[in-house]
This record gives sequence, structure tokens and C-alpha cells, in this order.
Amino acid sequence: MAKLKIKKLCAEKEYPDLSQHSNHMAKVLTKDMYKTLREHSTPNGFAIDGFMQAGVYNLGHPFIMTVGCVAGDEETYEVFKELLDPVIEDRHGGYKPTDKHKTDLNPEHLKGGDDLDPNYVLSSRVRTGRSIRGFCLPPHCSRGERRGIEKLSIEALSALDGDLKGKYYALKNMTEQEQQQLIDDHFLFDKPVSPLLLASGMARDWPDARGIWHNDNKTFLVWINEEDHLRVISMQKGGNMREVFTRFCTGLTKIESLFKQKGHEFMWNEHLGYVLTCPSNLGTGLRGGVHVKLPNVSKHDKFGEILKRLRLQKRGTGGVDTAAVGGVFDISNADRLGFSEVELVQMVVDGVKLLVEMEKRLEKGQSIDDLMPAQK
Amino acid sequence: MASTFSRILSSKRSIGILSLVGAGSLTTGFFLNREYVSAGSLVKRQYPASAEYPDLRKHNNCMASHLTPALYAKMCNKSTPNGFTLDEAIQTGVDNPGHPFIKTVGMVAGDEESYEVFADLFDPVIKERHNGYDPKARTHPTDLDARKIRGGQFDERYVLSSRVRTGRSIRGLSLPPACTRAERREVERVVADALNGLEGELKGQYYSLTQMTEQQQQQLIDDHFLFDKPVSPLLTCAGMARDWPDARGIWHNNEKTFLVWINEEDHTRVISMEKGGNMKRVFERFCFGLKEVERLIMEKGWEFMWNERLGYILTCPSNLGTGLRAGVHIKLPRLSKDPRFSKILDNLRLQKRGTGGVDTAAVGSIFDISNLDRLGKSEVELVQTVIDGVNYLIDCEKRLERGQDIRIPPPISQSN
Repeated sequence: MAKLKIKKLCAEKEYPDLSQHSNHMAKVLTKDMYKTLREHSTPNGFAIDGFMQAGVYNLGHPFIMTVGCVAGDEETYEVFKELLDPVIEDRHGGYKPTDKHKTDLNPEHLKGGDDLDPNYVLSSRVRTGRSIRGFCLPPHCSRGERRGIEKLSIEALSALDGDLKGKYYALKNMTEQEQQQLIDDHFLFDKPVSPLLLASGMARDWPDARGIWHNDNKTFLVWINEEDHLRVISMQKGGNMREVFTRFCTGLTKIESLFKQKGHEFMWNEHLGYVLTCPSNLGTGLRGGVHVKLPNVSKHDKFGEILKRLRLQKRGTGGVDTAAVGGVFDISNADRLGFSEVELVQMVVDGVKLLVEMEKRLEKGQSIDDLMPAQK
Repeated sequence: MASTFSRILSSKRSIGILSLVGAGSLTTGFFLNREYVSAGSLVKRQYPASAEYPDLRKHNNCMASHLTPALYAKMCNKSTPNGFTLDEAIQTGVDNPGHPFIKTVGMVAGDEESYEVFADLFDPVIKERHNGYDPKARTHPTDLDARKIRGGQFDERYVLSSRVRTGRSIRGLSLPPACTRAERREVERVVADALNGLEGELKGQYYSLTQMTEQQQQQLIDDHFLFDKPVSPLLTCAGMARDWPDARGIWHNNEKTFLVWINEEDHTRVISMEKGGNMKRVFERFCFGLKEVERLIMEKGWEFMWNERLGYILTCPSNLGTGLRAGVHIKLPRLSKDPRFSKILDNLRLQKRGTGGVDTAAVGSIFDISNLDRLGKSEVELVQTVIDGVNYLIDCEKRLERGQDIRIPPPISQSN
């Protein structure tokens, strides 16, 4: 046997090389911080190397700042607070460690939103995520836990009635026919290919305990065990965002009470709101948006500035990494944390209304200067 | 067998065994007190083994063939001294169900001790993969004495190039699925250090993946030496690509006939090669180079992972024993079209691949022909098998050229 020295692996030797990286985690993690944080893990055994692997393996992009770290359980946000506080502040518009987040899922508080012009607004959608307290999150959960989440979720969802009544499709059991139908409806999600997700371990054991639930009307959809425990989506064609949001709130509230009846609650706290796997989805985890035709406004040289002031972001209609096709854009709220659900959807409703007005003006060759919004 | 090496921190510890280290309630109120424990402490499992057992009904790999619920229950709470668990060992096989025609192994070792701690699963997998070799009953012969080779200079009208590769692991450091950044860097340091001590025909240079210049990178690509971040899910699901490209690199001698990959799929992959048909010389260089590297690391107090049962220890059970693949690129336009080709190869204990490597097709009737076996036969025996086999194939090709008939040779004994 070789004479090996017993090695005490010091933090310097373990500290990752982040010199080429451009993500929130890499910006914040100093050697000293690494040295302290590596001594701890959450009670479920989630430690710093699992926490930050996504941000070590993926350099990031000079223009798009990814987060670079994920939570393995609720306690991650406490144990790695020293690193997450500045990441959250940077990512969520200056949100301070002492700030409190408001949750408001009362659709009565939304003003208007039922009259977005359907000649321009093709579809409306609101999505969020929820995590079940007491279970580890997708990067760290065991097969048993993941199956437990699936089982609980199916039980809760099967108790929904009225226009929310629906059916569950487990990824590993679905028939060819069911699969094709889900693809045609654009409901099916597939094994993640994004290296951001893969590097965090979220695709382990695929497709075990993953599935899709939707109501018969196909206006309320839940994804189980993809990037979060639950992703909840309400949507429909046309511009009646109010109806979409009402269904969203009703559905979520019902699901929450069904879980509570079984002795479970969602991960939530006063400071961070709803707790999800990626720090970018904290607070409301809400992205409310529309597919809207803006061929003229989008070519205006102030388009970017207008969106910024309205606190909105644009994407192509294929989702986050796609380009717009035929002048149709996906316009949604840019914020997640520090504003309530009602506030964020209000911003979308008011902002899209303004954008459509601007579009109509530009169609007629008129100016939009007097319509320029102030910074929200 | 257990390493005296000890670590403080956990890298990919999943839920393990016994009691919780550290105090306090684990449920709500976690803002009131810092609810953390020392990294590396073991965590209590919340679900019974039956709830955790993977669904392997659609799977076709060696791990899935042998991992019964009872075996899983027996081993799921074990871990190696470095904290590597059964779940981590089998993750790649759970995530990759395999192919109906090609049976992959479906599990990896995270350290040397994995082969002991999880022997109840590794042993039947090894037996299936290596022609019935029973690690409990057999010893593996290691023989790197190239003088024993007979012949080994092929007809270069047929053989375009010759190559021998293997892998080596540094004892005391965890393997690619489980190593921490510091351990990986230590592997790099130890091996690059040793390689810098090589002289004469073997003298060369190390190119770290993180530091190479554009020019060096292009040169390595042109030489077909550069390896890239793994994309195969067989490797990525096993955690081997973590922290890429940190501590990965390529070393080669100035002649470009001896090449070492550091921290790709194994601690090291060692390759000897040259154009033409002088397999004997390729193997001589291979053996000499390996022994030199071993001597140099031993001077510094290190050694390779090796034992009598399993030979050289590598990450994938398919590479145990010799870890050796010796082969040629060879032109066989007539023989390759003969319907007896596959059977001839089978009986000679050879396999064919395309010239792009394991998953490619042959181009222009040029095949990569190499040994099938890895464990249970020595390096000398395997290389001799390749030499004798390739000579037989060349003979067949020549016969077909002359319009003569060929024979399927009797099968070489492969029983273990």
C-alpha cells in the first residue's frame, strides 16, 4: 500500500474556477464565502457542491445572466443565505434581505383585464409553481419522495370539480394516442435537455413520477415533477386575462386547501413568498402573459424602452429562447418577487392594453409620443 | 483495502443511513435557528427501500438484469468510506434504459471500494459482461512483458494504423463519478508531474483544457487528440462531466505516438499508436510507457488501483482487468462483404467498429478491428489474439482476392 498522506482538502483546493463565468452565483461566491458555506449542509444533506454545480458547469452568457444555483430543499434558502441574499437582490430588482413579499391571489382585486382586443391578443396565460413543504426539491429528492409528491398531487387534483375537473397522465404510462393528443395540445413536456437543468440533477430517474394533469376544457394544466414539484398553468385563446387569472386563483386556492386537508402545505414564507427550485422564481413564481400581434410597435426604436418602463419582457412565441414569428410576441411580466400576483397581472393587463393602443396608432401612421409611459 | 485517505466534505451525498448528526427540530420555524448540520453528516432515510426501488421494467442493461428489490433493500443504506452510495452507482443505468440490441453496463464505481461494498451487484454484472468471470473465484493475470509477443508486423497494404489503449486510476482518490474538484486536481497534478519525468522517445508536453491556446487547440483537433465535454448521457448521468473543463487535459509525446487523457471518463486513459502495421512496436511502447509512469508516481508515494480479483480498477466495470483495447484500422473490401465475416470475427474474439469509434459505421471498407475481451486474460494474451486474428483476416482477404475460398476458424476458448 502506498504511503498516502492523509489529506485535509482545504477550501482553496476545492474552490471552483469561475474566471470564465457569467452568472449570479459566480459573481457573488468568493473564496471566503465558499470556505464558510462548504462546512454546512441542509438537514437533508444538500451541500454547496450540489447547490452550485449548475453554475460551475454552465458558464452562462455575457448577455443573459443565469442564476447558477438551485435549491435542493426549503432549508437551502436559509443555509446558503449568505450567498443567496446578494443573488436575490441582484436578480430581483434590489430586493433586500429584510423586505417582505406580499401574496395576493384575490382576482377581485384585478381591475379590468377582460377586454384586451382579441384582434391583437391571440391568447392569455398565467403560470406559477408550487412546492410541497417537507419534501426535497427536484435537484435533491429521492425516487421515494418524488413518487410521494406525485401521489399527493394526483389525490388533490382528482378532487377538483366543475370546470376544473380533469385527468392525470403519467409520463411513463401514457398510450401513444394520449401522447399524441398532449403534443397536439402543446401540453406535453419532455425530458429536459437544457444543461442548466441537467447539471442540477433534476432529470434523474426520468420519467419516473412525472406527469401532466389537465381539466377537460384544457384551460387549467399542472405539470408534476418537472423543474418544480408543481407547475400550474391557466390559459385560453383570446384576450380575457381576467378570466384566466380568476381560474388561476380559484384553482390554486382549491388545490392548496385540498393539500391542507391531507396535512400538507406549500413552501412559503414572509420574506421569499413561494419557495421554488430556482431563485429566479421566488415570490410569486408568476409569469402572466399574452401572445400579441405587434408588428409595428416592435419595430419602433423605443420598443425596448417601453417594455422596460412597463416592467414587461418579450419572448418569441416558442418560449424563452425563441424569436418572434410574424410580428407575434409573447409579452409577460419581468418581475417575480416583491410584487403580488394581482400587481403583476395588473401590470400585464395595463401594459398590453397600452401596447395595443400604440399598435393601432402606428397602423394609422400616427405618433405614439404622447402615449409613452412613465417608469413603473 | 480501505483507503487511509479521509475527507471532510460531501460532494454528491444522497440520503444515506443512520442517525442525524446535529441537533434540533427539522420542521418549520427554520428562520428562528440556523438549521444546518455539518456537511458530510449522514441523513436519515424517510422512505423504505420498496418506495425507492427504481422502475426498471423497460430497461435492458446489466445493472437492471441483476438488481432485484431484495438486493436493492440490502444495499441501499450502504456507502463506501468516501460516501458513494448505491443510488449514485446505478443512476446512469436508471436514467438510460438501454437499447434492445446493445446491452450497456448501467452502473459505475465512484471509488475503489465501490467494487467491494457493492460486490453483491457488481459481481453478477461483471460475470455477465466478462464471459462468466467470477470475481469471487478467479484471479486476473496482468502481463505487460512485450517481449512475449510473436509476430506483430502487419501487411501495410491492408493495415493503415495500429493502436493500444487502456486506463489507470490513482489509488486513494475517488473516480470521476464521485471525485471532488480538489481530488480531480490532485489526479491532474500527480499524473502530469509523472509524465513530465518521461524522457527520450516519450518526452512530451501537457495541455490543460482550461489553459490551452487557440493554436494548441487547433493542433490537437487536427491530430485527432482533443477530447470534448462528454455528451453521451451514459457519462453525464453518472456525474463524470461535473465542473468541466476543470482539471482535464491531454498529454502527448513529441512524436505523437504516446498520448494520455486526464480526467475524462477515467483518471487516465493511456494510448499508444502509430500509422502502419507495427503492432509489436506500439505494444512495446505501451508497456514501457505504462511502467515508466508507474515508477514515477511510486517515487512520490502513489500507486495505481489494482487487485488480484479485478486487475486494474476503472470507472466502468466493462473496463476492468486489462482495460485494454488493441486494434487496427484495416482495409477489408472483400471479406467485409462476405456473409461469414461476423462469424469469423466472433470466433477470433474480435469486434468491428467504424473508424470514427464505437458508434460509427465503416467508411470505404476500412474497419476498426479490436479485441472483445478485457478481463480474465492478460495484456499479452489479448494483444496476441489481435495479432493472430488480424493476420487471419488479412489471409482471408488475400484468398478472396485470388478467388480462393476461406474458412471460418474454430472458436478461440473464451470461457472464464
